[in-house]
Formats: sequence, C-alpha cells, structure tokens
Amino acid sequence: MSGSRAWIWVVPLTFIIALALTVAPLPEWAAPWRPEWLAMTLIYWSMALPRHFGVGVGWGLGLLLDVATGALLGQHALGFALIAYLSIRLHQRVRVFPLWQQALTVGGLLALHLLVVLWISGMTGRAPGTWLYWAPLVSSMILWPWVFVLLRDVRRRWCLALS
Amino acid sequence: MVRLALLGLLSIGLMWTDHRHNYLQDFRSGVAFLVYPVQAGVNLPVQAGAWVLEQLRSHQTLVEDNRSLREERLRMSALMLRFEALEQENARLRELFETSSRLRDPLMIAEIMAVDLDPFRQQLLINRGRVHGAYPGQPLINAQGVVGQVLESHALHSSVLLISDPSHALPVLVNRTGLRTLAVGTGNPQLLELRYIPPAEDLEPGDIVSTSGLGGRFPADYPVAEIIRVERIPGEPFARVEARPLARLDRSREVLLLAPVNGTPESEEVFGDVFEEPAEDAVEEVTP
Repeated sequence: MSGSRAWIWVVPLTFIIALALTVAPLPEWAAPWRPEWLAMTLIYWSMALPRHFGVGVGWGLGLLLDVATGALLGQHALGFALIAYLSIRLHQRVRVFPLWQQALTVGGLLALHLLVVLWISGMTGRAPGTWLYWAPLVSSMILWPWVFVLLRDVRRRWCLALS
Repeated sequence: MVRLALLGLLSIGLMWTDHRHNYLQDFRSGVAFLVYPVQAGVNLPVQAGAWVLEQLRSHQTLVEDNRSLREERLRMSALMLRFEALEQENARLRELFETSSRLRDPLMIAEIMAVDLDPFRQQLLINRGRVHGAYPGQPLINAQGVVGQVLESHALHSSVLLISDPSHALPVLVNRTGLRTLAVGTGNPQLLELRYIPPAEDLEPGDIVSTSGLGGRFPADYPVAEIIRVERIPGEPFARVEARPLARLDRSREVLLLAPVNGTPESEEVFGDVFEEPAEDAVEEVTP
C-alpha cells in the first residue's frame, strides 16, 4: 500500500485518531493530564512536510477541536494556526535536534497555544482557576519522542511521494 | 504571515460573535456534525462493552432482577393509585384558584455519551439531538434529581451544561421553609453553592432544595440538592451555604429530558408559578 497517493488518507487518519484520543473518556484524576494529541500531530506534520501543511490546516483542526470540546469558536483555532506557523518557520532547525530538545521545543509551542486558549478563556470569564491546566504540557513533552517515532514511521512508509 | 494574520482576525471575529450573539449556532452544528462520527466511534467500545456485559449476565441474576422489579412496580402502582386521586384533587383546587400547572411532564430518555469534553467545564454530550426534539434550554433530570440543561442541540446529539458548572445558576427553594434562593455551580460535581441567603434564615444541613420554577426554564418541584453545610460568618451580609446535588452528576449514565407540552416551554410555566405563590400563602392563612 505504499502507493504515491496513500498519504491522502493516511495523514487525515492520523488526525482523526488524534481527535478520537482527545475525546476518549479518561478517569477523572487523569482527565487534566490528557496530552495534547491533536496539537502534537499537527506539529509533527507541519515540521515534516512544511510545504504541504499550512496555517489553514491548523486553523481548521482547531475549529474542529473547539466544537468537540465545547469551547468558544475560534479559541483553539487561533492557537493551532499559531503553532502551525511557528512549526513551519522552525522546521529546518528542529528537525535535526535530538529528541529531548525537540520535546522541549514542542513544549514551548504547546505552552504558547495553552496560553492563548487560557487568555481567551479568561477574557470570557471561563478561566480554570487551577495549576492543573498546565498538566497537558508535561504529559505531552514526555510522550513526544514516541509520537515522533510513530509518525516518522508512518511518513516513511506511506508519504514518500511528498517529501 | 499574511495568512496567519488573516486567520487570526477571523478567529477573533468568530470568538466575538460566538460570545456575544447567537448567529453561529448553525455553523457550529455543521462542524459538530463532522466531529460526531469520531465521538460516536469513541463511544462505541463503551456501548459494546455494556452490551457484552448484558449478554453475559446469568439467568439467575435476571430472574432476581425481574422479581425485584416486579415487586417495585407493584409498590409503585399502589402509590400511583393515591397519586391519581391527589392529582385530581390538586387540579380541582387549582381550578378554584384559577391557576394552571401540570404535574406530569412528558419525558424522553437520553443516554450520556462516553466522550470527554474540556475537563475544567461541567459539560456532557447526550445522544439526543434536534431530530429527536431536543432544544437549547431543555431541562434534564434523572431518577434522583435535576441534572442540567441542554446547551446546544445539534442534529443527532446535544451538549448539556450541568448544574455544577460555575456559569450555571438554578432558581430553587428550600422545601422546609419555602425560602427562595439560587443554586450556583462551583465546578465540583459534588458541590453547589446557595447564594444570597441572609444569616438569620432558618437552615440546617439535611434540608432539601428543589426547583422553584422561577425563571421559567425548569418546572417547579424537582429535587435538586441537599444542604450539607451552613456557615454564618459574623459581619458578612450573607451566609455561606453549600449543598450536594442529589443527582449523581459524575456517574449517571441515563438521563431524562423534560419535553414541553406544545413546543412553548417558556411562557406558561412562568405564569403558573407567579400566581402559585400567593395562592399557597392564602391557603395557609385560611386553615388555622
């Protein structure tokens, strides 16, 4: 199945899986620690295939997440567009980083996204008043190496035609 | 860069419109329809698990269940005998006072989808949408008490705001004393706060509060919460009163949607309640 057009369904499939993981039920103590699956997938694809992904894709995905989590429309969209833009700007440097440095960079991007979302929540009076809000940052950074390796294998197998 | 700026402006416009107005309801429902397959897919294993468990239950438990349910039904129908009579009596009395109220609200059963939303907001998804007749503002209850209200109804599913969300306030009254107050969510599914109660009021832990019907969204007399703590701080204008919702918000699986009688949920209820209060006072004055 490594045909040249396989990426058309493989890449959207990774996004769908990420979205499913984002809404999958977790026990109550674990829910705040849920990694930012969709944001991580977006960062990976933006860095790996910067010519095929743009801020538009990020923005659209953010909009889906807004509706899926019942947030204000445009809240995650704005954050995701920002993430996609920065990932594409940084991709040449970050791609050659060792994994732990990559994780730190991803942490920085996610922090920016969470900050934008928190800022908007605060302005509309829905701010979560707890430090647990930042928990996804930690779990995402810890999981980044695995996400990276997994998605890299996916890319090598199905998306050769693109890079 | 230009595109980022444009999309940024677009997001800000969207957020502003979404926050201030209601124009985007259809757009949001459209996007929700795209996301729904993913949510339904996530819900599927949970549903399948429940189905398998049901298939595996032994004959013995089924027989026992059946027997206890039969007994319960017998007890219930005995109670209902008196309820019928009381209902008629109530209707007659209300006719005398020229007020209108209904005791039986039509119900629709909905199932909570096993899907997580924002962990810092008290929201749920249910598997009933506009197709089934759900509408924004529709009250939700379960067997123990009030659960919340429909926030947005999409085509096949709806999102629900629980009474424990900090942005939710429910007009209630204390059953024992008739004191009217507001039950405001705290973000903790086990805790509501009763607001604007003067410290001199007679309140005790264990008192039950139920909907007052004021505000016109929730019909009157559905139990909401039990008061667990009353704290009177000297110098403060109001007492701090905490209550625990009777409906177990974090672990129920099925809920009931209260349906309006003729598609007009608002007007009739409000009038019914406004007239109801003086009428009840009048009864108390007459009887002694």
